[in-house]
Amino acid sequence: MLSAANLFCERDDRVLFQGLNFDIEEGQVLQIVGSNGSGKTTLMRILCGLNDGYKGMISWYGEEISEQIENFYQSLLYIGHRVGVNKVLTPIENLRWGCSLQAQLEDEQLMEALSTVGLRGFEESQCFTLSAGQQQRVSLAKLLVSPAKLWVLDEPFTTLDLRAVQHLENLVAAHADAGGAVMITTHHDLKITNLSKLDLG
Amino acid sequence: MKLMTVGNSTPTSAAFLSTLKRDLLIAYRRKNDVVNPFMFFFIVVSLFPIAISPDADKLGEIAAGVLWIAALLAGMLSMDSLFRADYEDGSLEQLLLSPHPLYFMVLAKNISHWLVSGLPVVLVSPLLAYMLNLPAESYMTLFLTLLLGTPVLSLLGSIGVALTVGLGSRGLILAVITLPMNVPVLITGTLAVQQTLNGATLAFYLAILGAMLLASIALAPLASAAALRISVN
Repeated sequence: MLSAANLFCERDDRVLFQGLNFDIEEGQVLQIVGSNGSGKTTLMRILCGLNDGYKGMISWYGEEISEQIENFYQSLLYIGHRVGVNKVLTPIENLRWGCSLQAQLEDEQLMEALSTVGLRGFEESQCFTLSAGQQQRVSLAKLLVSPAKLWVLDEPFTTLDLRAVQHLENLVAAHADAGGAVMITTHHDLKITNLSKLDLG
Repeated sequence: MKLMTVGNSTPTSAAFLSTLKRDLLIAYRRKNDVVNPFMFFFIVVSLFPIAISPDADKLGEIAAGVLWIAALLAGMLSMDSLFRADYEDGSLEQLLLSPHPLYFMVLAKNISHWLVSGLPVVLVSPLLAYMLNLPAESYMTLFLTLLLGTPVLSLLGSIGVALTVGLGSRGLILAVITLPMNVPVLITGTLAVQQTLNGATLAFYLAILGAMLLASIALAPLASAAALRISVN
């Protein structure tokens, strides 16, 4: 569905990657690996259209991505280092807004998603009272209700506890089984069967 | 494992309203951001009689200018909060990645920002005008010009904020970027008050300010949206 051809990116006169080619197909989980500073986050931001400092071609279902950016954004869920959770809003308010950009959902669905990620009882607490891991969970609740086919997750495991890591891994595997695609950066060893890796060195 | 069936995709109007509602809710929770510019406006205006002269005639002459300048500065003071929290917590990226035209999302944020920071200043201005002994026949002029002019200041300011949101220290550069754009509004607003006292028709000035407002509604969010894309790059 998403493919990159001959991607080149340099930052501060240092080449991050060049001649990079890859495809992500439905049902695939692509783990991007590489040492710190090797350009994993930059690559993800380039693919999502948040960074235009690259050369090369990115296409979505065979067509250049800028030609159909709205279709692409309708199918994309990106969770970056900064998870997009406003601190003065409550988890349910954050989720309501975050989801409303892509899909119209009922509050019961959102509540159920929040309790599935372990935030039952915290739905109405303002997010600055929650821990970093709990805030991360608010953003991960989006995975449960989003219509997006392509998930782009940048270090989603960093603040999560072991059980939540396991849960998220299952979610990723299930999403791929259901025909979605996931692009993920992490230093964890993912126990997912149809996992492919892209090494940025 | 996927929990629920997926809802319908959102029409842009619903995303617009949802963003507007969210920003108003945030403003309600962060009352400081709302009250500060308002208090600033109040304090600046009330210092003038102390510093210049309590003489009613003198004050009446400068009242319109003082109120306009104070409104402009209060607006600038509040501008910085427009995108900063969203930039810092990542919500801005989510906004940029929404399938809707960024124009409407930025416009929603602008509207909510003006409702909580500009509108209170406009509403309280007749009271302060009374305190500064503005001639009674100018109240309506001042109120209407502020009502049309402050949203223009907000919309123009949002371009500067969008450009500078990624910078570490932005206080002065924001002023340098936005002040030149604000000056025509200031001139028209204050001129309207003076000239209508001398017998000019108010409709003329309202038409100019109205044209400025329409032009900035149409164009400023586009510029802000483009600037935001640069800022997150």
